[in-house]
Amino acid sequence: MAKKMEEYKWQDLNAGCVIDEPGNSLQYKTGEWRILRPLTDYSKCTKCGLCWLFCPDNAMRPKEDGFFASHPDYCKGCGICAQECKFEAIKMVEDKK
Amino acid sequence: MKILKTLEKYMEDPSLELVASGHRACQGCAEVLALRMAFKVLGKNTIVAMATGCMEIISTPLPITCWRLPWIHVAFENTAAVASGIESAIRILMAKGKIDKKWINVVGVAGDGGTSDIGLQALSGALERGHRLIYICLDNEAYMNTGVQRSSSTPYGASTTTSPPGKKSIGQSTWKKDMPKIAVAHNIPYVATACPSYPFDLFNKLKKAKEKDGPSYIHILSVCPTGWRIPSEMAIEYGRLAVRCGMFPLYEVEDGVYKMTFKPDTLIPVEEYIKGQGRFRHLTEKEIKEIQQRVNSEWEKLNKLCEITKP
Ligand SMILES: Cc1ncc(C[n+]2csc(CCOP(=O)(O)OP(=O)(O)O)c2C)c(N)n1
Ligand code: SF4
Ligand code: SF4
Ligand code: SF4
Ligand SMILES: [Mg+2]
Repeated sequence: MAKKMEEYKWQDLNAGCVIDEPGNSLQYKTGEWRILRPLTDYSKCTKCGLCWLFCPDNAMRPKEDGFFASHPDYCKGCGICAQECKFEAIKMVEDKK
Repeated sequence: MKILKTLEKYMEDPSLELVASGHRACQGCAEVLALRMAFKVLGKNTIVAMATGCMEIISTPLPITCWRLPWIHVAFENTAAVASGIESAIRILMAKGKIDKKWINVVGVAGDGGTSDIGLQALSGALERGHRLIYICLDNEAYMNTGVQRSSSTPYGASTTTSPPGKKSIGQSTWKKDMPKIAVAHNIPYVATACPSYPFDLFNKLKKAKEKDGPSYIHILSVCPTGWRIPSEMAIEYGRLAVRCGMFPLYEVEDGVYKMTFKPDTLIPVEEYIKGQGRFRHLTEKEIKEIQQRVNSEWEKLNKLCEITKP
């Protein structure tokens, strides 16, 4: 989207409040909410993908090597991935941003 | 990715994310997770009508949206009416040859407040008229978006801002409205309960709903850490406990035939589900026992329905 949300004036909105850029929420970086971040011990990871499946923010994403890593822009640090990993491969650690 | 291969059984493209990151749901919100999972199955060829509620507010603060689908925000009362209109329009456009004859999924989504209280009349009309649509109720057991007010889907004993516990109040004083059975009473092709803590069960049910040539009603228990007063990382686990203690059984009703889709060998005590949730913190042993008895009798009834309706 051309402009940031804060820069929008009502005159800039489309008729009928139509949003013509699907998924433009990507510009909103929810990673800023985070206090803890997931840290994966890849020696314990079986690449099962449960952390990816259960992430409410689609912030746990596959890497080229088949492992998963949390996306710093979107991970809110909820801790679900660490809680749900059957192999205890993920620990929540303080996020020093 | 191994898991993508497994998911191909349920959906065309498991890597597709139709609910983009950057939405504003609370940390650990299983309601938005329910959407993420459901729309993976429904796929790109889908139109959504959604009532106000958490998922509308967190997904689409104008001029931003996390939806990658045609999506319309409707009033609280008329999700199912708008979805009916969309479905009828699609049929007419197809009949007139103005669009391809490839079916487009029409989905209505609302919270428990938007479904079991405010949108019930429109929903009943849509189910009765037999539109080919999928109605999803995201049940987080209160009006969460406006700060946790009780709905008719709030469980007995739960504390909300409008059912506060005290010397003369247990909290919510009524038993949870049985929305799925109300849907069943319309004799529609498909009704199911689901929970994102059981993803494959949820995928299966949405896949079935998608294939029905008539209305489907999917009732999804959506754990809300904020309103239930539980730690954010526990959202999936509490969904599991709700199912395993029998408070929220996973079942489906296909053409009137009831079937449990996940049947624990033995139910865990409801106490294991209740304890640890801030909204139930005030409950006494006696009150928990009362809830246990109710869960037992509902569980038995459901099992009987499965037996009786078996073809
Ligand atoms: C007619 C009407 N009444 C009240 C509201 C205010 N309101 C907006 S969202 C909401 C709560 C929605 O609760 P629910 O449907 O359970 O969805 P949840 O937020 O829990 O996901 C309320 C009361 C409104 N938008 N319209
Ligand atoms: S859930 Fe655990 S084992 Fe599975 S992919 Fe994620 S980190 Fe690896
Ligand atoms: S901490 Fe929560 S938001 Fe971050 S990757 Fe894990 S599940 Fe996703
Ligand atoms: S209040 Fe509950 S349902 Fe609403 S966004 Fe927060 S966690 Fe999700
Ligand atoms: Mg609700």
